[in-house]
Amino acid sequence: MYKIVKKRILNEQVKLMEIEAPYVARKAEPGQFIIFRIDENGERVPLTIADFDREKGTVTIIFQEVGNSTRKLGMLEEGDSLLDFVGPLGVASHFDASIKRAAVIGGGLGTAIAYPQAKKLHNSGVEVDSICGFRNKDLIILEEQMKEVSANLYITTDDGSNGNKGFVTDQLRGLIESGNKYDLVIAIGPLIMMKFICAVTKEYGIKTIVSMNPIMIDGTGMCGGCRVTVGGETKFACVDGPDFDGHMVDFDEAMRRQQIYKAEERHHIGEDGCRINTK
Amino acid sequence: MPNMSLKKVNMPEQQPQERNKNFTEVALGYTEEMAVEEAQRCLNCKTRPCVSGCPVNVKIPDFIALIAKERFKEAYLKIKETNSLPAICGRVCPQETQCEQLCVRAKKGESVGIGRLERFAADWYMKNCQGEFPEINKNKKKVAIIGAGPAGLSCAGDLAKKGYDVTIFEAFHKPGGVLVYGIPEFRLPKALVKKEIKTLEDIGVKIITNMVIGKVLDVEELLENEGFSAVFIGSGAGLPSFMNISGENLNGVYSANEFLTRINLMKAYKFPETDTPVRVGKSVAVVGGGNVAMDAARSALRVGAEKVFIVYRRSENELPARLEEVHHAKEEGIEFRLLTNPIEILGTEDGWVKGLKCVEMELGEPDASGRRKPIVKKGSEYEIPVETVIIAIGQSPNPLIKKTTPDLKTHSWGGIIVDESTCATSKEAVYAGGDAVSGAATVILAMGAGKDAAKAIDEYLCGHTTMQ
Repeated sequence: MYKIVKKRILNEQVKLMEIEAPYVARKAEPGQFIIFRIDENGERVPLTIADFDREKGTVTIIFQEVGNSTRKLGMLEEGDSLLDFVGPLGVASHFDASIKRAAVIGGGLGTAIAYPQAKKLHNSGVEVDSICGFRNKDLIILEEQMKEVSANLYITTDDGSNGNKGFVTDQLRGLIESGNKYDLVIAIGPLIMMKFICAVTKEYGIKTIVSMNPIMIDGTGMCGGCRVTVGGETKFACVDGPDFDGHMVDFDEAMRRQQIYKAEERHHIGEDGCRINTK
Repeated sequence: MPNMSLKKVNMPEQQPQERNKNFTEVALGYTEEMAVEEAQRCLNCKTRPCVSGCPVNVKIPDFIALIAKERFKEAYLKIKETNSLPAICGRVCPQETQCEQLCVRAKKGESVGIGRLERFAADWYMKNCQGEFPEINKNKKKVAIIGAGPAGLSCAGDLAKKGYDVTIFEAFHKPGGVLVYGIPEFRLPKALVKKEIKTLEDIGVKIITNMVIGKVLDVEELLENEGFSAVFIGSGAGLPSFMNISGENLNGVYSANEFLTRINLMKAYKFPETDTPVRVGKSVAVVGGGNVAMDAARSALRVGAEKVFIVYRRSENELPARLEEVHHAKEEGIEFRLLTNPIEILGTEDGWVKGLKCVEMELGEPDASGRRKPIVKKGSEYEIPVETVIIAIGQSPNPLIKKTTPDLKTHSWGGIIVDESTCATSKEAVYAGGDAVSGAATVILAMGAGKDAAKAIDEYLCGHTTMQ
């Protein structure tokens, strides 16, 4: 069992949990992920590692309550435990030593995954400009933390409620157009956002890394459910990723594959009007 | 007097049209009377050819003689002397190509039903005896086992009996490996696997789940920092092969690994009572002709598919699956499209599978495997309309351990290179066996390798002590 030692509500949809998992904490690196399972009937759900503390032996996850399992997870409190928590899985992010300046982009919950990468870059002496986008100002998360590791932090909202209306793509294009030079862009967020960021950076020839989070079961290369086409080749996000060269990723396929169990998921959480009693 | 009937005592089974809608076990097992009757068919011959056909050398005539005398508990203990998982072997071993193939009775009529009797003894013991385990003189040496599948469990069982402090590291949340994620409930009930594993825990084997060796710890760390004197790698053949044809990433294409793991390990057949879904639609094509393909096809029927095809490029004679599995699949209504090879998976506009484009094949000259090579019949292209395609054409060893153990030698296809008699790898104190070495094979061969490795590890560690 893996104990929840801390729980914070970051906004109405997003929660943070620090989980006691000493073995995972010992080896975790930015870019890697864990798989959790709540109870005996639970599914195996992958989540990217948001932070870790080797001394305390804890791993932090930040999640949005989008489906059945994340909703159940959100209902647990400090002192409760998860049945299973396995990791660290996937390949850790690797940054070229030649990188001097990078733009790190987080879309919504993606900010939670972008944060450890921004932190790693910042700690290795890279100048980081961070751009984080949210639907409105109430959904902004990790503002302080991002500020700490960024030379400049730009926060955009879709509705302009924080005074900076627009999408992260507009902000990035604006920065590049006004003469900012980036050796690397890291984009983490919804697939559609990563797709459009990649379209922008391709125009300017800036290397771009994205983090994929497809449907998977084991996370060790066994099921092949997490197939992603990268540069025309099939890759398994769990063992070859989750980070990939964004200019090579087939986002349309990835978006389509994300929909495989949409009907079952809606049924499960009762959104299709079918009232089911699962327990 | 031996029972001279030419046929095995019939094994009761669920009716095909009833069982293809449920996950309850298909074969129901012998009663005591049936078992005794079948046991009396054994001639107790001097040559005991059956024993040499068994990868773990179960003392077959001895346990069968005990069943004939109604000494069922002793029969079980006799099997258990050399086999750590009798209830499992009695169900999933390909006896027809091992012990039973060599049985003297098979020269005229059917062999003795060795597998059925093994299963009977194990089931009888589980039902009637509990919590009895032998005294073991423990030594203080620690051995790490990677993977709680058939190879690892068998190695762990033998080492624990010899007194070692054994810890199994399992990547999944449940021990059992292919016994829990691969082989379906209707062929191997999971409650039974759990009981068999419990008998190992009862003699001191520790199992730690959620430990992906190669990520959370590597082999070197197990030896250097965690206090283990030897390591056995039984990590299986977890990497699914795909065909590399167009359309394989469409929604509705599964590897057999994914499909079976969803159903068996994650219990998707109980969705929404369980949280993991599986989607099959009305019609399914399973590509491949092995036991895994049969398991996938029969599972697809049970989770609601109306029509399930097995698509295999060679003919019936070359089907690698056990005869019994093919027979069961046919009885349940699976349609076999033999000498048929998929060339493309067809999709709808929004990216879901709508069919499998195939060509018909004919058999030519024998190839390197000795089987006649299938050749495409010109102009034979046709389409099977299906909503799901399951690829069951094989698995290769998972590269995770190889990648993180630089001095571990492997074949180009991924199998770990070992000394065949000892299972010793190129790295000192590290042994390997099962599918991680052989590529996808059978449960019993993996168990045999685990057993050989346990013997070699014991010899290595004893030698080690005297040297110090």
